[in-house]
Amino acid sequence: MAEQQAAATVQPQSTEPMDDAAQAPQQLGAAIVITSGKGGVGKTTSTANIGAALAARGRNVCLVDADVGLRNLDVVLGLENRVKHHFLDVIEEKCALEDALVPDKRVPSMVLLPAAQTREKDDVRTADMAALIAELRKRFEYVLIDCPAGIEMGFKNAVVGAQRAIIVTTPEVSAVRDADRVVGLLPAGLEPQLIVNRLRPQLVRRGKMLSVAQVDEILRLPLLGVIPDEPEVVVATNRGEPVSLNATSRTGEAYRRAASRLEGEQVEIEDYSAEGGFFERLAAWIGGRR
Amino acid sequence: MSWLDAILRFFRPMPSGVVAKERLRLVLLSDRINLAPDIVDQLRGDLIATISRYMEIDEVGLDVTFETRENDVALLANIPIKAVRARPLPPPMTAAPPVTHDAATGAVDLAESQDEEPEAESGPVAEGESASPIEAQEVIAANVSSRRKRPKSKGSP
Repeated sequence: MAEQQAAATVQPQSTEPMDDAAQAPQQLGAAIVITSGKGGVGKTTSTANIGAALAARGRNVCLVDADVGLRNLDVVLGLENRVKHHFLDVIEEKCALEDALVPDKRVPSMVLLPAAQTREKDDVRTADMAALIAELRKRFEYVLIDCPAGIEMGFKNAVVGAQRAIIVTTPEVSAVRDADRVVGLLPAGLEPQLIVNRLRPQLVRRGKMLSVAQVDEILRLPLLGVIPDEPEVVVATNRGEPVSLNATSRTGEAYRRAASRLEGEQVEIEDYSAEGGFFERLAAWIGGRR
Repeated sequence: MSWLDAILRFFRPMPSGVVAKERLRLVLLSDRINLAPDIVDQLRGDLIATISRYMEIDEVGLDVTFETRENDVALLANIPIKAVRARPLPPPMTAAPPVTHDAATGAVDLAESQDEEPEAESGPVAEGESASPIEAQEVIAANVSSRRKRPKSKGSP
């Protein structure tokens, strides 16, 4: 029942690369906010991985860290040493937009626009943020905005320029509740899609974790992705490398599939309910005999 | 050994995933209710409209609240009654329920609208109204008699 049309209404944009100067009637890119309400559910990791997966597919992607004062997207991408300016510098005209964009090490068609670390979320005016995102949409096919936790000023600034939204949740009561709250606060027309992150299939099979179907039943949002919880995500974050660039990683594969759904491809939602390791199957077999 | 299974199932606690789902359902129910004051206002208006058909109520003293309980969320409505109508008013015909002026004007209004009723509503609703004007009564009588005649009516037309 969870395999409904995941990302039906998305037309992949066929815009030209960054040389935006010449073309008069430009195709604007899609600005997508990644939000969750609750902190620590994987917004930043999801932003980095979907961004990297889109860029690996050949898209021009700009990742905007909207978490002023608590920026982390730079660290997750391993770009922390290259950050020279941030988007508040751009808004306050202390530097040009181009100078604030940090190109990624591995996927050249992806750049990061960092947040200011020593400023506060209230320092950003919503209108300025909207204008900044609008400007980025002229230059990139995808503008992914990493929203801060919470529903205050930082959230409002992160959603203002977006046309679409990705809600990240984990199969936990608190995260799902906050996701529901955030969906209610999104501006009309954003058509949020859901990523269920940190799913632990073994726990779900034993009935000890909310299943995707149960989360789906409560939130009733189109599913963009189901990301299994694997140690390799921790390792990737330690190293500052998006796991979606790791060809052998199951989590990376889940993010790549989410990215292709984001582009409107009909990719079946992962079903982790059937599989299981040898011992798990043995235990289930023995358990089933009783 | 199905009875043993049943006993085991009884003592085995519910999987925590199911508990989580149920808790979520309830918490979202009350979250959504608390977050939608405009919807509650609309519900309040509809409640007044419906109840006013049957009784005259104190709209100012009307109180609609929600209570989260152990296993569900309850809608609690405290509605002071001023008077009970001898006969219910017709249900509102259109989307806009003309209740507020009804309740304000009270008994006179009640009598008037009762008189108006058969004209406003035709056919099926008028059925069973004993205090209706003559035409309506005739219609009912005709209906009844036609029903009674039914076994014989095969040859009559």
